[in-house]
Amino acid sequence: MPETAETSQQIPVTVLTGYLGAGKTTLLNRILSEDHGRKYAVIVNEFGEIGIDNDLIVETDEEIYEMNNGCICCTVRGDLIRVVQNLMKRPGRFDAVIVETTGLADPAPVAQTFFMDDDVRAKSRLDSVIALADAKHLLLRLKDSPEAEDQIAFADIVLLNKTDLVEADELAHVEAVIRQINPSARIYRTSRAEVDLKEILEQGRFDLARAIENDPQFLEFDDAHVCGPDCDHDHHHDHHGHDHHDHHGHHHHDHECGPDCDHDHQHGGHHHGLDEKIHDTTIGTVSLSGGELDPQKFFPWIQAITQTDGPDILRLKGIVAFRDDPERYVVQGIHMIIEGDHQRPWKDDEQRRSRVVFIGRNLDREKLERTFAACAA
Amino acid sequence: MPSIAPLDTEPESLGHVEWAGFVGGNPVFAGVSGAVHLLADRHRVIEAHDGLLAACPGIDGKVLLTSGEDGKVCAIDSTGGLAVLAEHKGKWIDRLAAGPGSAVGYAAGKTATVLSGKDSKEIVSERSIEGLAFAPKGMRLAIARYNGVELHWINTASPPQFLDWKGAHTGAVFSPDGRYVVSQMQENALHGWRLADGRHMRMTGYPAKVHSVSWSVKGKWLATSGAPAAITWPFSGKDGPMGKAPKELGSMGNLLVTKVACHPQEEIVAIGYEDGMVAAVRIEDGKEALLKRAGKGAISALNWDGQGRRLAFGSAAGEAGIIDLGGSPTDG
Repeated sequence: MPETAETSQQIPVTVLTGYLGAGKTTLLNRILSEDHGRKYAVIVNEFGEIGIDNDLIVETDEEIYEMNNGCICCTVRGDLIRVVQNLMKRPGRFDAVIVETTGLADPAPVAQTFFMDDDVRAKSRLDSVIALADAKHLLLRLKDSPEAEDQIAFADIVLLNKTDLVEADELAHVEAVIRQINPSARIYRTSRAEVDLKEILEQGRFDLARAIENDPQFLEFDDAHVCGPDCDHDHHHDHHGHDHHDHHGHHHHDHECGPDCDHDHQHGGHHHGLDEKIHDTTIGTVSLSGGELDPQKFFPWIQAITQTDGPDILRLKGIVAFRDDPERYVVQGIHMIIEGDHQRPWKDDEQRRSRVVFIGRNLDREKLERTFAACAA
Repeated sequence: MPSIAPLDTEPESLGHVEWAGFVGGNPVFAGVSGAVHLLADRHRVIEAHDGLLAACPGIDGKVLLTSGEDGKVCAIDSTGGLAVLAEHKGKWIDRLAAGPGSAVGYAAGKTATVLSGKDSKEIVSERSIEGLAFAPKGMRLAIARYNGVELHWINTASPPQFLDWKGAHTGAVFSPDGRYVVSQMQENALHGWRLADGRHMRMTGYPAKVHSVSWSVKGKWLATSGAPAAITWPFSGKDGPMGKAPKELGSMGNLLVTKVACHPQEEIVAIGYEDGMVAAVRIEDGKEALLKRAGKGAISALNWDGQGRRLAFGSAAGEAGIIDLGGSPTDG
């Protein structure tokens, strides 16, 4: 398993996904025009409606390249490799890079480019994947396009946009659906993509080690609990208010249903009823937890699982406590690509527990639970 | 150690050196900022592009062809004369090739353009064009792209030939005798085809992508970067490198070779390394001569003059200069 690459000289890259009409252009225009003191190079598929003159907006044709290694999910964006290489020959012109994908894009090849191409990896790192979702139309999109669901599942941050166009209960329902597809994403409710850019850019949300440090409860959700529409109304006001954010140091005014909220409202393992709309989602989460693991068992296990089930695994994230290992190990993956590294020593007051979360399709919960349990030290 | 004359400019202002070599017999250095330094009767600097992406000499060696982020394709002579050959606003033109009779090929997206005299011809590929190369004889253009290399005759209506091989091909070259086409791949490998019968040649085992290739005089050897030695494949037999092991030249511990340039007259390859070092190695016996010590950045540009007495170099950190070998490069 490759170690996480050195991050110091690497330019952060934010990937912006979302269906047509979800508000990507609005957000990009804000990023390019607001006075935030940062310079961004933006890679787009069409100049389209970006009405801003900027030397560092680069147009490319999306080129998905399958790697010649027999793995169908090992794909990269060839055009990005080229543009990033060209950009990185002249560093100093920009602080970070933003990649806008087409509405129909599968985010995996974009993200994998930053892991599978050594030249790109040496100069840049994936900072976060942001999905924009249109509160009014997301449920329809989810019905007719697997890409819309992939984009949500893949995201580190979801901007639930155009909230002004829906009623409060509809909004809560949409958010519950997003939470079901992706329990670990940070969700911001916005209208006209108005979010404090400092909250979403260059925050290293893709970097699991950093995400966990910023938010110790990052993987602490229980997927037996589905945050369904019926429960959402209740705990909305109880747990998701501004007070709740403040102790994490967040100061935005959008609602955020962070993964940390979930552990507060567990219901003794009872499953909430799902209505028909939620059944349209095909992506699920399997969250595994246990005590200390045996590295001699864990590494072969995670290699085997990602080899056999890689095409169905969109993201995996984990924190692992190995027996006799004073440092905690952080692992993450996209399809068949996994990487991990020791992060830092376990603190005295921390429980040495292991958690691995899979987000994907057709996940075999029973098999994952059974084989994970067999990794116990 | 031979004498080295550094280019008189701040490395920060030059930036990554995209090309260094000789035009009309005079040293020329092209940096990615778009500044081109010309050392003919005096040191001239011309701002050819707002962001330079590619540069290569014309076939006659009298102009440097350049293209850039500004969508321009230019020809620059050694005294600073600049002609804008084409302009495509909003396109980054990062693929460029020189052809016979002053022909110029360039590509943006899926479209390649060949300028020849007053004619301009466009070729549209079904995938993004990753590499361009002209055949040594006849107006024939190779286009490297996903899943293979297309060969197009420019002046005739003959249908294109397609050399297929699964995977992304990011560049291509013809052998000097025109018998072979060799592509660089997204994987750490080269792929070759013998044109007479389409026979495949797989050249694999590189730890890194192969960014630089160079044919030795008369095309007997193909020197390549992408490994901690210049991997040099034999092409003199009738089957090319098939079934033969390459030579591993100029191995310096684990230092990655980033640039190779074969001598124009002798079977010697100049090798640039990731730490900025430059060496010359005789292909036959592997005898090495250190030409330049390590610097601040990887060697990104390296070319001989026509006589093989001087070597122009540039690095990713903006260092540039001329190595003067005086006599034969491997003497002493």
